[in-house]
Amino acid sequence: MSTVKLTVNGKAVAVDVEDRTLLVHLLRDHLNLTGTHVGCDTSQCGACVVHIDGKAVKSCTMLAGQADGASVTTIEGIAKGDELHPMQAAFRDNHGLQCGYCTPGMIMSAIDIVHRHGGQLDEATVRHELEGNICRCTGYHNIVKAVLDAAGRMKVSQAAE
Amino acid sequence: MYQTTYHRASSVDEAASLFSKSSEAKFLAGGQTLLPVMKQRLASPSDVIDLAKIKDMIGVEASGDTLTIKAATPHYDVATSDAAKKAIPALAYLASLIGDPAVRYRGTIGGSLANNDPAADYPAATLALGATVKTNKRSIAADDFFKDLFTTALEDGEIITAVSFPVPQKAGYAKMPHPASRFALTGVFVAQTKSGEIRVAATGASQSGVMRVPAIEAALKANWSPSAIDSVNISASGLLSDIHGSSDYRANLVKVMAQRAVAAAG
Repeated sequence: MSTVKLTVNGKAVAVDVEDRTLLVHLLRDHLNLTGTHVGCDTSQCGACVVHIDGKAVKSCTMLAGQADGASVTTIEGIAKGDELHPMQAAFRDNHGLQCGYCTPGMIMSAIDIVHRHGGQLDEATVRHELEGNICRCTGYHNIVKAVLDAAGRMKVSQAAE
Repeated sequence: MYQTTYHRASSVDEAASLFSKSSEAKFLAGGQTLLPVMKQRLASPSDVIDLAKIKDMIGVEASGDTLTIKAATPHYDVATSDAAKKAIPALAYLASLIGDPAVRYRGTIGGSLANNDPAADYPAATLALGATVKTNKRSIAADDFFKDLFTTALEDGEIITAVSFPVPQKAGYAKMPHPASRFALTGVFVAQTKSGEIRVAATGASQSGVMRVPAIEAALKANWSPSAIDSVNISASGLLSDIHGSSDYRANLVKVMAQRAVAAAG
């Protein structure tokens, strides 16, 4: 057992876990943040994507101990109170989800894509960059539309800040 | 995953010392291979020693005719490094093709080389560019480093600290990725060194891991152009054959990827 200290959605936490604990299980089982999903458990599907120090990574492929000292943001941490994050709002408006299982990972990856590409996003880039996230409803078309829509909204909201 | 003990090393010496005190330790860099393997219970190290936070092991530096990538540098950092893009654009491009964006944030060049997966990308560049693998004990030429599938010249407890790539005259990389994993069904790196030597290495093709392709090297020496490879015959003997592609298919891919790589190199 080790004590892992990290910041999750802006709150400092210390959690006693077995050394073999994956970050996704620390989040789900110890902090009850069940918005982060375990899909394939083999690093392919991206349902478990969270942000570690601002970068979208797969929390099923990281030991909790590796995140010691890091700042983690999960799907629960991106809305401002009742106001959805622009990416969440765009997914809702564009019907970017069907069963919703892949959605938290899609949204966390998509925010990272927009951060990296800024205003230069096009459809081909979004499709290419989402290659680490799998939607088994095959609802990619509206997901891509939502990401492109959100890219515009995020630019506007950044300019406003 | 079986029980294990996690250690975070703050220096290469500390990592080596932790290793020598453990019964069956493994070094952990980005963990993008080791952790999935541990989850499948195919590996059960008593201890994992995390190298990813060792400051001396992260960074990309160009100096004279050498580009040095420290071992714990993630693929994303190499793909976006101005130094790498300027010195060896084909290498930065190769890094941008590994896995997916989330994997590229975590996976490292040292981890990739130490693991020596037969379909990994970095071994092709390391071998074709005639790079030198630096460890905490010695320097190993790429020609002596790759031994067989998942097997390298590294000794037990030896840590890759950096890889030095001589800047070539020109180089190119092309791969046919597996559509789900993005591993190379076959990838070919071609390089023309500053002294005029032609080196070509293929990954994902051979049953023994990354390999030089002498027939294509000879053809390119006579005529550096994609069409020079048209008449080369690549034998399917000893090539991988699986659900994703037969050995004949991969033999053809070696040619086609080499042609695309030469075209990209210009």
